[in-house]
Amino acid sequence: MKKEIIIAGFGGQGVLSMGKILAYAGLMQGKEVTWMPAYGPEQRGGTANVTVILSDDPIASPLLQKYDIVVVLNQPSMDKFEPRVKPGGILIFDPNGMTRVPERKDINVYRIPATDTAAALGQVKTFNMFVLGGLLKVDPVVELDKVMLGLKKSLPERHHKLLPANEAAMLKGGEIIEKL
Amino acid sequence: MEEIKLMKGNEAFAHAAVRSGCDGYFGYPITPQSEVMETLQELKPWEETGMVVLQAESEVSAINMVYAGAACGKKVMTSSSSPGVSLKQEGISYIAAAELPCLILNVMRGGPGLGTIQPSQADYFQSVKGGGHGDYHMIVLAPSTVQEMADFVDLGYELAFKYRNPVLMLSDGVIGQMMEKVVLPPYKPRRTMEEVIAQCPWATTGKVGRPHNIITSLALESEVMEATNNRLQAKYREIEENEVRFEEYMLDDAEYVFVAFGSSARICKQAVEYARAEGIKVGVLRPITLFPFPTKKIQELATRVKGFMSIEMSAGQMVEDVRLAVNGTKPVGFYGRQGGIIPSAEEALEALKTQIIK
Repeated sequence: MKKEIIIAGFGGQGVLSMGKILAYAGLMQGKEVTWMPAYGPEQRGGTANVTVILSDDPIASPLLQKYDIVVVLNQPSMDKFEPRVKPGGILIFDPNGMTRVPERKDINVYRIPATDTAAALGQVKTFNMFVLGGLLKVDPVVELDKVMLGLKKSLPERHHKLLPANEAAMLKGGEIIEKL
Repeated sequence: MEEIKLMKGNEAFAHAAVRSGCDGYFGYPITPQSEVMETLQELKPWEETGMVVLQAESEVSAINMVYAGAACGKKVMTSSSSPGVSLKQEGISYIAAAELPCLILNVMRGGPGLGTIQPSQADYFQSVKGGGHGDYHMIVLAPSTVQEMADFVDLGYELAFKYRNPVLMLSDGVIGQMMEKVVLPPYKPRRTMEEVIAQCPWATTGKVGRPHNIITSLALESEVMEATNNRLQAKYREIEENEVRFEEYMLDDAEYVFVAFGSSARICKQAVEYARAEGIKVGVLRPITLFPFPTKKIQELATRVKGFMSIEMSAGQMVEDVRLAVNGTKPVGFYGRQGGIIPSAEEALEALKTQIIK
């Protein structure tokens, strides 16, 4: 098993932490993992993306041209990464702020209204967990309980009281994702 | 068994530093290696092991603090990224001339000048050919995994003290910023003063029952300076004889060889996967030591393969050493990206096809 995933969006959307949670969960399942951020002069509103690879075998390059799963959370990221989904692969997008839907017919496209749902539920800060829950619904690359363990590991202890809200967001994310 | 952790290369290096029994870290922040000092500040090793962690006022200060600590026989280190390492070059030349052990980490970013904060490997020449003034060499280790960012701390100190020579870990923004699995090395205590005196009879440990130990890089008499140079050169030949390290990846049946270090080697391994799916027999020679360079290994490969391809994040630096080793007996190609752009595995394979296989 080898899954090559990129998550891309604006800085501040929790893109890097989403990747981190996936990576920790993979680690706990005994996978080889790499987590490679497109690091830059990070700022809220700037672009951010992270490549996460989960594999049963040692991972060669931590950076790739094509991905099994692409998650895009803003229009520039969709424009950049839609062409880089492997044929038959998965593209997940949040329609919030998007000016178009994905055009490719040779991939599986999923829509998750995570921004709107999170806002409606007053859970804006767990936005990324809705997306992660959606991702795991369409391709369970890691087990849900490992994700919660991974989240616990990547969150400082003072934030552990937020774990239930994050779990709820993840489960909700699984409900609101739909195939186009 | 030690717990498997997930961390960045920079963080793994900092953890390994504390565990290596390091006496002092002196640095100045710069992207993409700032996590080294950040992690050390979080770990607060001064409370546990007594290790000093100091943010100097500049890179020049930091390397001269390393110079002084090393003169006392202490296990000391500094880290920086390309522009900062340029600032350290004078100190490094002095340390090499004074034959002192220390560990320096360069997490390379794109240059020249202030450049970019994105990954690069364009400090190869600076690292292996000198960098500072005069005829000297550092021992240069090139990690390509987060695990090696941790493991090469102990190895670096071992070589530094064995040869009384500065050791450089030449990493880059990919390895520094990437998180992957790592098993941290076991804790070693810092050496006691008695152990330092016993193991480093040359160090300035206080003149008790012995003549003065004088550490200097200055020799105004040419004959004395030439003798120093000859001694250094003899040491470098010994290092070339004994300390060459490399990784062979799928070379047994290879007809073509990617030569690449650090993160470029990871990309080449990916390219090998793609190439072999197409039936192209290619492998990777990954130099782990850049000085000493695996010249003999490349010469041996040149007798049985059809060509070499050097893949680097530079305009082509290591390729010169590959060409020197191959010495015209087989074609040697080069492909690289610069300024913080990372070559893709697809590009590496395409370059091999167009330049070498044809």
